[in-house]
Amino acid sequence: MRPFTYERADSPAAAAAAVERRPGAKFIAGGTNLLDLMKLEIETPAHLIDVNGLKLDTVEATPDGGLRIGALVRNTALAADQRVRRDYGVLSRALLAGASGQLRNKATTAGNLLQRTRCPYFYDTNQPCNKRQPGSGCAAIGGYSRQLAVVGSSDACIATHPSDMAVAMRALDATVETVRADGTTRTIPIAEFHRLPGDTPHIETALLPGELITAVTLPKPVGGTHVYRKVRDRASYAFALVSVAAVVQRDGGGRVALGGVAHKPWRVEAAEAEMPRGAKVVTAGLLADAKPTHDNAFKLTLVERTLASVLAEAKGQGERKAETP
Amino acid sequence: MKFDTPATTNPIDQLKVVGKPTDRIDGPLKTTGKATYAYEWHDVAPNVAYGWVIGSGIAKGRIASMDLEAARKAPGVVAIVTAENAGPLDKSKRNTATLLGGPEIEHYQQAVALVVAETFEQARTAAGLVRIDYTPADGAYDLAAVKDKAEKTKDGDSVVGDFAGAFAAAPVKLDETYTTPDESHAMMEPHATIAAWEGDRLTVWTSNQMIDWMVTDLSATLKMPKDKVRVISPFIGGGFGGKLFLRADALLAALGAREAGRPVKVGLSRPLMMNNTTHRPATIQRVRIGATPDGTITAIAHESWSGNLPGGSEETATDQTRLLYAGANRLIGNRIATLDLPEGNAMRAPGEASGMMALEVAMDEMAEKLGMDPVEFRIRNDTQTDPADPNRPFSQRQLVQCLRLGAERFGWAKRNPKPGQVRDGRWLVGLGMAAAFRNNLLTKSAARVRLDQRGIVTVETDMTDIGTGSYTIIAQTAAEMMGVGLDKVAVRLGDSSFPVSAGSGGQWGANNATAGVYAACVKLREAVAQRLGVNSADARFADGQVVAGNRKVPLAEAAGADGLSAEDGIEYGNLDKTYQQSTFGAHYVEAAVDSATGEIRVRRMLAVCAAGRILNPKSARSQVIGAMTMGVGAALMEELALDKRAGFFVNHDLAGYEVPVHADIPHQEVIFLDEADPVSSPMKAKGVGELGLCGVGAAVANAVHNATGLRVREYPITLDKFLDRLPAMG
Ligand SMILES: Cc1cc2nc3c(=O)[nH]c(=O)nc-3n(C[C@H](O)[C@H](O)[C@H](O)COP(=O)(O)OP(=O)(O)OC[C@H]3O[C@@H](n4cnc5c(N)ncnc54)[C@H](O)[C@@H]3O)c2cc1C
Ligand code: SF4
Repeated sequence: MRPFTYERADSPAAAAAAVERRPGAKFIAGGTNLLDLMKLEIETPAHLIDVNGLKLDTVEATPDGGLRIGALVRNTALAADQRVRRDYGVLSRALLAGASGQLRNKATTAGNLLQRTRCPYFYDTNQPCNKRQPGSGCAAIGGYSRQLAVVGSSDACIATHPSDMAVAMRALDATVETVRADGTTRTIPIAEFHRLPGDTPHIETALLPGELITAVTLPKPVGGTHVYRKVRDRASYAFALVSVAAVVQRDGGGRVALGGVAHKPWRVEAAEAEMPRGAKVVTAGLLADAKPTHDNAFKLTLVERTLASVLAEAKGQGERKAETP
Repeated sequence: MKFDTPATTNPIDQLKVVGKPTDRIDGPLKTTGKATYAYEWHDVAPNVAYGWVIGSGIAKGRIASMDLEAARKAPGVVAIVTAENAGPLDKSKRNTATLLGGPEIEHYQQAVALVVAETFEQARTAAGLVRIDYTPADGAYDLAAVKDKAEKTKDGDSVVGDFAGAFAAAPVKLDETYTTPDESHAMMEPHATIAAWEGDRLTVWTSNQMIDWMVTDLSATLKMPKDKVRVISPFIGGGFGGKLFLRADALLAALGAREAGRPVKVGLSRPLMMNNTTHRPATIQRVRIGATPDGTITAIAHESWSGNLPGGSEETATDQTRLLYAGANRLIGNRIATLDLPEGNAMRAPGEASGMMALEVAMDEMAEKLGMDPVEFRIRNDTQTDPADPNRPFSQRQLVQCLRLGAERFGWAKRNPKPGQVRDGRWLVGLGMAAAFRNNLLTKSAARVRLDQRGIVTVETDMTDIGTGSYTIIAQTAAEMMGVGLDKVAVRLGDSSFPVSAGSGGQWGANNATAGVYAACVKLREAVAQRLGVNSADARFADGQVVAGNRKVPLAEAAGADGLSAEDGIEYGNLDKTYQQSTFGAHYVEAAVDSATGEIRVRRMLAVCAAGRILNPKSARSQVIGAMTMGVGAALMEELALDKRAGFFVNHDLAGYEVPVHADIPHQEVIFLDEADPVSSPMKAKGVGELGLCGVGAAVANAVHNATGLRVREYPITLDKFLDRLPAMG
């Protein structure tokens, strides 16, 4: 770990300005990802700006019937929020499928969106990795890649984004709100927030240097049956091999986003039109350009089977809901 | 005390204290944070400096150059140790790879330097500034690729009758190959040591299972007299065999302390553990079984291939097959190939843990071919003597009783023998079973016991407690022997200034270490009797008193102002040659497989164990449920993922190397048969901590087969290996 200096910011814009002033500075929220990476010298910020005191830790209703989730709302609190549980069940379930109770108590909404890949080679500084050290190569290609991406990957990087929460937010069409050093704000649709690796896998999001996330907003509820299914080798405390976030309407239509398959939460709106026709067709649309490795080709089958199971579950649940007076 | 004839009645048989499910006496120390683990001796070594180990970034080759300039100048740096300035070092017999590498590199993350600084953070930061250039060389990393170059091990094959002929002639045959992956001990407490020199004397506070091995190997490596090294390790946060040996933490702490001229503390970081230390090596195992239609085995062969660094030993995965089932024609042996991976070595139940994962699936497959119940097939082939020597009986062998009781308690009769038939919602449900088997090993063990004027009995032995409960069973033994309550016994362990014990490994600790304490207590009883002027055979020790004839003297009084002390140990004769001593059991598992995703979740587990006298049913149960948990890990998730190009284990943390979590482990039940084995020791006990692991993986695999009809012969059984064979989705 490299030595670093530390300060607490007292307003969002001041926090953004503080990062802009100090090249190599970073925000720290729960620290559950950043500190691990610093210990391994994968991240080497010279200065940290603690954003925990910015009072961005409430969940509020928006005028159009949605929710505005502060950037510092903890994963535990968000999953337990009554409105989230009632209207955005897929998000609550995705959060609870992630990490462990202790980690969720610390992990924040913004930090979760920005957590870095779990590609094992990214974690070993002896190995080449374009994401960690641009231009050094990618040890995962041709190596052990069972966990890694099957779609949207590039010759430079085949990593996945590990978040569960972000997959649900993608299905819910969330938007990310930010502030910059000069005080200007903007909103970024979640679809455009995370990037594909291309030739620059080290640039992972649309955020500009020093840009601070202040909130994530959810549009007004869309109803339907909400399912989050996370497939993993052990029952808890493991990253997804594949995950499916689905909101399914009575007519069989709805939305589907995938985790564990790409460098970002994976959703193909055009494929969703086929939902009433079943998992096979939808999967074909979702994974049309898939380029799996030898180790992870099973994910194609796994997505289809998991989706079929999720759709069946949603149908069953929808029917039960309709029956209850 | 020489133990060369089976035990007769002795004071342990009273079972007033021994055999009771006593809470562990060291529990309060642990739950209040007062038990001192290796990294936590804050008072004993003042002015300690911190060492950070740098591991090699390549698997094989040479260090071309090492630039220490920037690190030396970094704030707080006190010393840097490399092979160049470490002075002459030897390698002990129990180490295969050199613990401090360079310029030659033998495996990935082989330690090449220790950076010592005033604080932990400074040491770690400075380590990041060390620049090393390597000249890599080609290595062999893939067992399957070098299998054909493997050689028979020095023990040779065990050949009985004519296997080839009998197998060819057998009406029903099985010939299958199974693989087990490299596994990591992944214990909670990483390797850690504090080292301090006083002149030419070295003391290390460390975390080690075998104190005397550690003293021997550390002094040999440092080329110094054994009596100048003291090792202290009273509390150990798990080891599973990973801490049987001297490892880089202790050697580098000693070298760092010498170089720095002050005590140095070294803990291995979690990422170093997978590639720097030892691991359970992968195996490829071929099992062939031939039988007559009634299920009588006529031919059995088990061969296992594993790899290791040059000079390293093989995984003895076939050993149980020499003894577990009858069969007139046999061919059993291990083969070893050279691999340039980190050192392979013992992990909990070395040999049997991996071997049973193959053999007991083969038995299940064979039962299916025969159309027999797998429990009945095993019972049909039970043997009460060593199959290679009918004149050598098992001292105790209640395998059949374990199998039958387990079947009854688990509801085995309700199992549908036709696989893939039982559904519970989206889950496919199946039952599986396997036999459990692990040898009982005898090794000498000594202790010292003191009786003081307060009537307190203090036991000292270099035995270790790796979380197993050694403190407690040793206290129970001394209490039983001296006729006092547990509150009158103090136990001090894990210090090389105490008599040499069996140590903790190979499930030999409990029986041998308590037998050593028994021997010392017999001597102490004699000393007490002598002081009172009575014949020791006539003296009874009970309720804190010695009763002889019409005399009744409190122990405290008998001890007198100076107290009494005695030292002795147990040494074994030939009883493990005239008898085969093994432990037995049966594992039953219910598993459910998600019909869509192939995720496997265990629902119910039962182990029935016949392992001699159970000294403490509570700590023994903890050992067995822990082992069952480990078996689920081996069956379903544990695997050091190998990069075959660069020769290293890729998943080097506990997020990547998955072991079972609470949510993976359902209700577990353990039954111990009421057994006492007078051939094993005066304690009539045997090992149990590894028995609990042997066979679990196969029972899980067999349950998965019963649930789905699918066989996966490559562990771990992860969904990617059979997803495409699951029934199509509706
Ligand atoms: C063992 C383990 C298991 C895990 N398992 C899962 C899992 O199964 N599923 C899952 O989804 N996650 C999992 N996680 C990841 C966990 O969810 C993340 O570590 C957590 O969400 C990060 O949040 P944080 O607040 O701690 O972020 P931090 O570590 O504080 O920050 C992460 C990044 O976000 C940046 N950042 C933080 N706040 C802001 C802001 N307001 N604006 C701009 N940038 C900001 C930081 O600079 C940093 O780069 C696991 C983590 C661990 C350690
Ligand atoms: S896949 Fe991406 S993160 Fe992994 S090694 Fe390659 S470049 Fe690095």
